[in-house]
Amino acid sequence: MPAKPETPAPAAETVKTGAQIIVDTLLDLGVDTMFGYVGGVVLPLFDKLFDAPIRFIVPRHEQGGCHMADAYARASGKTGVILATSGPGACNLVTGLATAMMDSIPMVALTGQVRTDLIGNDAFQEADTTGITRPVTKYNSIVKDVRVLERTVREAFHIASTGRPGPVLIDLPVDVLVGKCPCNGKAEIDLPGYKIRTKGHARQISMAAEAINKSERPVLYVGGGVIIANAAEELRTLAEKAHVPVTMTLLGLGSYDQRKPESLDMLGMHGSAYANYAVQESDLLIAVGARFDDRVTGKLATFAPHAKIVHIDIDPSSISKNVHVDIPVVGDAKHILTELTKEVEYRPREAWFKKIAEWKQKFPFRYDAKAPMIKPQAVIEEVCRQTRGDAIVATGVGQHQMWTAQFYKFQRPRQFISSGGLGTMGFGLPAAIGAQFAKPDATVIDFDGDHSFNMTMTELATAVEHELPIKVCIFNNGYMGMVRQWQELFYGQRYSCSYLKNPNYAEVARALGAVGITVDRKEDVSKAVAQMLAEKRPCVVDFRVEQLENVWPMVPAGKSLSEMDGLTILESMA
Amino acid sequence: MKHIISALVENKPGVLAHVAGMFAARGFNIDSLVVGRTEDPKLSRMTIVVIGDDRIVEQVRKQLARIVPVVKVQDFVDKPVVARDLMLVTIAVPPEKRPEVSTLVEMFRGHVVDISPKTLMVEVSGPETKMEAFLDVCKPYGIKSVARTGTIAMPRQGSGEE
Repeated sequence: MPAKPETPAPAAETVKTGAQIIVDTLLDLGVDTMFGYVGGVVLPLFDKLFDAPIRFIVPRHEQGGCHMADAYARASGKTGVILATSGPGACNLVTGLATAMMDSIPMVALTGQVRTDLIGNDAFQEADTTGITRPVTKYNSIVKDVRVLERTVREAFHIASTGRPGPVLIDLPVDVLVGKCPCNGKAEIDLPGYKIRTKGHARQISMAAEAINKSERPVLYVGGGVIIANAAEELRTLAEKAHVPVTMTLLGLGSYDQRKPESLDMLGMHGSAYANYAVQESDLLIAVGARFDDRVTGKLATFAPHAKIVHIDIDPSSISKNVHVDIPVVGDAKHILTELTKEVEYRPREAWFKKIAEWKQKFPFRYDAKAPMIKPQAVIEEVCRQTRGDAIVATGVGQHQMWTAQFYKFQRPRQFISSGGLGTMGFGLPAAIGAQFAKPDATVIDFDGDHSFNMTMTELATAVEHELPIKVCIFNNGYMGMVRQWQELFYGQRYSCSYLKNPNYAEVARALGAVGITVDRKEDVSKAVAQMLAEKRPCVVDFRVEQLENVWPMVPAGKSLSEMDGLTILESMA
Repeated sequence: MKHIISALVENKPGVLAHVAGMFAARGFNIDSLVVGRTEDPKLSRMTIVVIGDDRIVEQVRKQLARIVPVVKVQDFVDKPVVARDLMLVTIAVPPEKRPEVSTLVEMFRGHVVDISPKTLMVEVSGPETKMEAFLDVCKPYGIKSVARTGTIAMPRQGSGEE
């Protein structure tokens, strides 16, 4: 006769295969959408996914799938999930993982691996996936024992989505996927080395508040961390209560409504002159969820020379990495901004806002609207107007990305989806697809360069297959525009390898089952944009734009933020 | 300046690669790195000697702490610690010089651990400066090969100096 149990009976344990454990754990964690590509060693997992209530999207290339999962995370705030097979499948994720790592995007990558007894033998489609991806993931591990599988999956989601988020990869040998073990679905995470400080130190917050109250020329400099922390509302409250202007990094766009008077728009290499001047003349810089990237600071030695620096960040290693920080506050931006707001007081700062208004008046973002050719900036303005600034906007990387940052006026977080840190060309189209899956009712635009689009345009087939109404605006100038601009300015106009012959994009789009439109006359832009926005199918608009247009202003690499080129050119366009 | 950094890490595969990779990727120089078991079978201790200014070493410390399986990081720079290296040296010693070298070995509180007609192998442990001093006095005889463990260290519980 069995002894009476003294403790409550443990939850029922069922014997499951590794593949089943993964699917059940994903469902338990709330995963309803995944991206990925099949392959030999992951077949056991795909077989279980066949019946699972998970929407599974197959890209045309794993890199595309990885960007889709990334953008799905950026648009929804949830953790993106990508699955790929061993060897080439895993290797094709590397660019996507690095992109997500640099921009702190929560993502879990599952990769197949050859049988554990074959690892290290150069087996077919074997690659040292954890070795290859270690520098481009927040954490990775290989599971060699099915008994720790459930815990490892739960740990991966926890690590990916908390603290400073990032991609986490789990490598799954095929014998672990088919291996069996009892599983009760209640494995607990065990991460003694993973600690996150969420609440900011009260004394540091008070010091920051005091500095803000004393400051005559403060600037809030905010980055993607505010969006990740869902702290845009707290930022708005602080900026309004304390009456402090706000400038954003590229990834910070959307964290502060650009229609508001306190907005200084983007700062940095191609930021607004008024933001850059304000930072350089500020006496207090309050950085929130930003990391003093070289594209933001220009020459470090002369960055914000008169300013005391407050740095609010969840990652202690970001503090004083590039610039010396006077008042560091480590923790969650949402919590810290809330606490900070309680202690700040309103200051009129009339002289400071007057000066900023003068800069804004004198140096707005401009382009030559009278030119006969289509100006890319004009297309962005027109799309912004017709979408009432409310679309989700993805981009590739280069000039068009900077123009989008300058001319589309973002209003809310998770609206702008762009590869900031890594600068991954080809990100735009798969990102638009991922974002559309996250927000099926939103208008999703991909502003893309011709050569960024060339890199991943195969994913148009994915958009067509799923009947996604994404809209792709290609700024077709034949050049890799930003490279060409640097060659013009710094390499004596020697356009080495930066011009390529392009296909007819409208025909390509039609061949893949999308709508294709070509626009080569300025007067047709507005009508084409309206048609594009009305389309229910994926729509590609090939704008034949001014070929030699430059992005202004520009802080040349190694110069101070206030040493901007192109200001006189911009003034002449007034 | 030389800093001894002690990191308690989870005893998992890939941790050493992660730590070494971080040093390489961020351009930090490792003077020595020692990994060994601790009193807790789940944890290993890495003792890393790094040379750099305060800002660099602070980054090293923070970047180490950021690695998920790294449980605890300490910089021993301003703390009283016991720091030790272990060294094996093979010295060219003909039979007639053996007594002379043995005296040196005794002075350094080392041990002769192997002997051949033309050589002696000596084991010496202690702070790094002692290793250097011993090598200096052995040089005239001819040092054939040296193997060193790198530094391990532990803070003193008392306040005594070394």
